[in-house]
Amino acid sequence: MILLERVSKRYPNGREALTNVSFFVDRGELVFLTGRSGAGKSTLLKLIALLERPTRGTVTVNGRSTGTLKARHIPAFRRQIGVVFQDHKLLADRPVFDNVALPLVVAGAPLAEIDKRVRAALDQVGLLGKERMLPMELSVGEQQRVGIARAIVGKPPLIVADEPTGNLDPDLALEVMRLFKRFSDVGVTVLVATHDLHIVREFGGREITLSSGQLTGGAADPLPSLVASR
Amino acid sequence: MTPGTVATRHAQALLGALGRLARAPLATVLTLLVIGLALALPAALGLLVRNAQSATGGFGRAVDMSVYLKSGVSLARADELAVNARAVPGVAAVSVISATEGLRQFRQYSGFGAALDALQTNPLPNVLRIVPRASASGVASLEGLRRTFARWPEVDMVQLDAQWVLRFNAILAVVRRLVAIAAALFGAGVLAVIGNTIRLEILNRHDEIEVTKLVGGSNAFVRRPFLYTGTLYGLGGAMLAWLVLEGALLGLRAPVAHLASLYGSAFELTGLAGRELLALFGGGMALGWLGAWISAHRHLRDIEPRA
Repeated sequence: MILLERVSKRYPNGREALTNVSFFVDRGELVFLTGRSGAGKSTLLKLIALLERPTRGTVTVNGRSTGTLKARHIPAFRRQIGVVFQDHKLLADRPVFDNVALPLVVAGAPLAEIDKRVRAALDQVGLLGKERMLPMELSVGEQQRVGIARAIVGKPPLIVADEPTGNLDPDLALEVMRLFKRFSDVGVTVLVATHDLHIVREFGGREITLSSGQLTGGAADPLPSLVASR
Repeated sequence: MTPGTVATRHAQALLGALGRLARAPLATVLTLLVIGLALALPAALGLLVRNAQSATGGFGRAVDMSVYLKSGVSLARADELAVNARAVPGVAAVSVISATEGLRQFRQYSGFGAALDALQTNPLPNVLRIVPRASASGVASLEGLRRTFARWPEVDMVQLDAQWVLRFNAILAVVRRLVAIAAALFGAGVLAVIGNTIRLEILNRHDEIEVTKLVGGSNAFVRRPFLYTGTLYGLGGAMLAWLVLEGALLGLRAPVAHLASLYGSAFELTGLAGRELLALFGGGMALGWLGAWISAHRHLRDIEPRA
């Protein structure tokens, strides 16, 4: 599902965020990306969600290399990835319903289906009944869950989450992680960046660790054969 | 995507654009005013030309020439000369107006009937009325024809009746060109106004555009509401321009009718109709769409998600 081959990312200001990173995530896997802040977790997620392109190496998601993707194919590429952002990226002037519905609206889903799926997604994150509220009227944790509902509403084959439990109390954090686990159980690939090692241990998913832009654990084992069979 | 879904998305974009315009009524009205006045000016000039043309009626086409024969030339000789005149290149038709006929017409139209009765003899000569071909109705060829006939020994004088009509038509041609230039300039102005308005709106909605692109919104999807906004501005501006013109006509109609009546004419000012209205509204909407497209194309590219 996700394949990184000798990927490096250097920002225009000269900072090298990732150096020679390679790993593979299989379909339906639940993988935790850990490491201290500044280790390159966010950069890695951005490369996968095509918010950045690698300086060197290739990033392949669902069989498509991000390096050669033409601009007009980017929207379709992004629609197959549900991204949960650390800062939620919600539209402050739109009610919860509209925020969650956005991926379906841009994909051109019929209104009846949008209505049904938005409610289902809100139900899964425990926010049913708050459709008409504005993000500002919700707690930070609830805003976070709106962002998660938006990421899952389009039923993408891949969910990428950047510190999705960062602002949640432990109970809610576990709840959200269980949600991600359920998705991976039904075949959705889930990649979660987090520094909450407690949660990682609890769920026992594979752990990929970054340190100063380099991989220090969790990636190597299946890589060579999969690179060959790609 | 089904056609129904596509229609729904367009309806959503249209309603969204309308809603945003309605939420900032003052800014919307000011923008519409600028666009409306910019569209009204060339349209008003165009109306002026059209009305001036219809006020002068068919004069433009009825350019003809009166060739006055010397007073001793007989009617029989005049008929012979008419045959010769028909052979001159550029002449479409020739008719002979005899001195008697001329006197009758003069008596009828001039109001000098009583004075004419006092005359012992008919003072009028026989006249050839020459109608030039359409191809020879330019100023230069008419002047050529005039000289040709003036050289004939039996001819006393050639009068080109339509000199003022020619000049008037030339003036109209200049004004018509002015209309075209004004339309181009003000059209460019409308483009710039709408383009700038859309640019500001894109800046205002930067976050929304970024998030929309983040969840996979295509450029076409992001651009659509702005195109509707631009088209609505064009449509609203055209409506305003039409109202302005109708208002101006309302004020002008009575004095113009009075002026026309003094000239014995039943001429009436007419407003935009049919294809002219279509051109105003179509042009306004096309300019709005184009201005929005240029602006959106230019500025949406700059907004790429940087999460």
